[in-house]
Amino acid sequence: MPINRLIAYIKGPGQQKAIALAALAALYTFFCIFGSHFASRETLISIFDSSYYTGFMAIGMTLVIISAGIDLSVGTVTVGSALVGGVAYTVWHLPMGVALVVIVLTGTLFGLINGLLIGKLDLPPFIATLGSQFISMGLCSVVARVQTMRYPSISHPDGWFKTVFFKTVSGFPMGALWVLLFFVITVILLTYTKLGNYTYAIGDNEEAVRLSGINIANWKVVIYTISGFFSGLAGIIYAATFSSITPQTGGGLEMYAIAACVIGGASLAGGVGSLTGTLIGVLVISVLKNGLMSMWLPVQWQQFFIGLVVLAAVLVDVIRSKKAHNAK
Amino acid sequence: MSKPSAPTPGADLILSMRGIDKRFPGVHALKNCQLSLKRGEVLALVGENGAGKSTLMKILTGIYPEYAGEVWFDQGQVRFQHIREAQQAGISIVHQELNMLNNMTVAKNIFLGRESEGFFYSERRLNQLAQSLIDEFHIHVLPTDKIIDLSVGKMQMVEIARAMSFPQTKVLILDEPTAALSETETSDLFEKIRALRDKGVSIIFISHRMGEIKRISDRVTVMRDGEYIDTVVTQDTEIDSIIKMMVGRDIGQNIRKSASRIGSDAETILEVRHLSSPKVHDVSFSLRRGEILGFAGLVGAGRTEVMRLLFGADRLTGGEVLIRGKPVLLRKPQDAVAAGLGYLSEDRKRYGLVLGMSLVGNAVMASLNRFLSLGLFVNFAACLRATERFIQNLSIKTPGPLQLVKNLSGGNQQKVVVTKWLIRDTDILIFDEPTRGIDVGAKAEIYRLIEELTAEGKAIIMVSSELPEILRLSDRVVVMCEGRKTAEFDISEATAELIMKHATANTN
Repeated sequence: MPINRLIAYIKGPGQQKAIALAALAALYTFFCIFGSHFASRETLISIFDSSYYTGFMAIGMTLVIISAGIDLSVGTVTVGSALVGGVAYTVWHLPMGVALVVIVLTGTLFGLINGLLIGKLDLPPFIATLGSQFISMGLCSVVARVQTMRYPSISHPDGWFKTVFFKTVSGFPMGALWVLLFFVITVILLTYTKLGNYTYAIGDNEEAVRLSGINIANWKVVIYTISGFFSGLAGIIYAATFSSITPQTGGGLEMYAIAACVIGGASLAGGVGSLTGTLIGVLVISVLKNGLMSMWLPVQWQQFFIGLVVLAAVLVDVIRSKKAHNAK
Repeated sequence: MSKPSAPTPGADLILSMRGIDKRFPGVHALKNCQLSLKRGEVLALVGENGAGKSTLMKILTGIYPEYAGEVWFDQGQVRFQHIREAQQAGISIVHQELNMLNNMTVAKNIFLGRESEGFFYSERRLNQLAQSLIDEFHIHVLPTDKIIDLSVGKMQMVEIARAMSFPQTKVLILDEPTAALSETETSDLFEKIRALRDKGVSIIFISHRMGEIKRISDRVTVMRDGEYIDTVVTQDTEIDSIIKMMVGRDIGQNIRKSASRIGSDAETILEVRHLSSPKVHDVSFSLRRGEILGFAGLVGAGRTEVMRLLFGADRLTGGEVLIRGKPVLLRKPQDAVAAGLGYLSEDRKRYGLVLGMSLVGNAVMASLNRFLSLGLFVNFAACLRATERFIQNLSIKTPGPLQLVKNLSGGNQQKVVVTKWLIRDTDILIFDEPTRGIDVGAKAEIYRLIEELTAEGKAIIMVSSELPEILRLSDRVVVMCEGRKTAEFDISEATAELIMKHATANTN
């Protein structure tokens, strides 16, 4: 009976996800009641629209966190690659399509560097990506000659890439489909491939994986490169969202991605986490952002409440695992 | 003790290692070692900790590819560069510390690294393959069970099934496989080892437990201080002579205490009444000054759980604890420490010591308050003085009090934990498996230490799964089974058979 299995799933492995989903619904309902004009189609679309770049960063981050790592560079790499793309378009006069590829390549390159530092040179992920956070911020700003990079507006012929995410005839949030597409691809990677299996395995017990004769270094390179790739994708959406990209920014965006993973049930100790949970976490953050805005609360309160939600998520997990431990 | 050169493998031998020499920075770990293994035999490899057994096995399995000497396997000479090469050639190892993926399934653990040829793999296929292995080994698990939900015994069996799942495993190395197993699980394991042997698999069995070696092995190879000592046929050899070869001296494993040294008028220092929790059912006992109270039972009998309740680490649902006649509330370990209890965990490295800190740092850790000047600054000189006194009293082998604890041997680490509690003037010491993972020579020292402590008036509770240890040290013995106390004996009445009977008593 599927309903019984669903209940068993919610009580067992899916508990954290179920709680996150319930929290998402509760938050949404709360803002519908107390926010001004929150219960509208426009707001719903805006909730999706403001979640894309965090969403992409968080998908990559989920892999990294499951492998017991962390990637602190995704925020600055996202903004940095958008800067470099802007240089490609406005300074090197490359076609917009090529500029977009440059964005993704820049992100992937930084991911690869992280992977090599962590996988091959055995640097702790926190340190390696802290370093590349500064490096990407500095280097990309240098490439942009510390100029703000402007992307063409949506009405400009070269602004076509924005319509891919934001403007459609029916007002459908197209970007959500892109996030969904890459979400599905990554779910397949995590569930049906060796890459996914080893991501969980490395996070669970690296020594066991090593003793099984698996080349951990290579897989780590792949994992961080994927995270960089997703930072690149986030860079495209970041460019599409904000149009003018300021050098030396982006630090701190990675925290939203990490928060989304944690809200979705990923453990920073590794071995545990899911993309579905992360996606719920991304939406929780986005609902909070939009909801608090609809209550006319200043931006600082968003950060305050996101912090509370992160703590609540971890607390729920701690209580849950304590219960599970005592039940044994 | 002649040292003939090992013969080349042929019809009789599956494996021969000779002239194996290995150096680490500052340590000559293996000196011209040899080992030969016959087809279809169980060879016990014994030696004190640090004798070089593990190093030798790591060379054999390609974990240490750099060494001098030669290894002959099956038909030709080999030099494995990687653990994978050894596995593919037919040599598998189950490491002492179970290295498993706790959050992942049995099937994924068994086939880790061998999911498929390509990039994608099918979990269903892994589950099917795992199921047939599980059937073959009669393990009561499902391929989809998570490791974290299994008992240690089952984990061990899964590891062995995994090692045997490599096609044509010809040599299986088991590094202390019974260290965490109960008696029934051990018997189970031995049955499987025999079945494998009868199928022609050769097994190298590393263990500290002489009784088990006698039970399971055909021959015994002894190592000491990185050197090969001798190989003997198990049947024709007494345990004592094996131990003698291991330690190079006679330590007499079969000593036992014949009568309690404690008069009935001795002060009762600790009284426990009707202790209860989800895992402990109505356990009562008392402890007198200078007494050693042994807690016997099988692994999982609830002894450690009793100690954790006593130490305030777990919440009790009923019962009371009296120290010197006064009831005390033990809600958290701080309460227990304040009441004068010291707990020496079975897992020293995890719960007893900070390995990366110095000896003195560990020794004063629980009593830093006593070494403060102006209530704020640690008086390091005083710490050193106190620690040095105990280094001498307990004869801890260390270059000095500043030595990092991780560089000490297991026995000496145990002494550091004891020092930690003695500096606090603890009256009641709880030793949980005090000699687990400690080699035979250091064991005797720990025994002497425990006896000396009681001579000074300390009262000691000793949880041990090794009956010789219980019989040798205890003045009284409490036996537990399935969370209940099933018997209590004065040492003069206790016998191994009697204790075993009550440890396996069906209390339901």
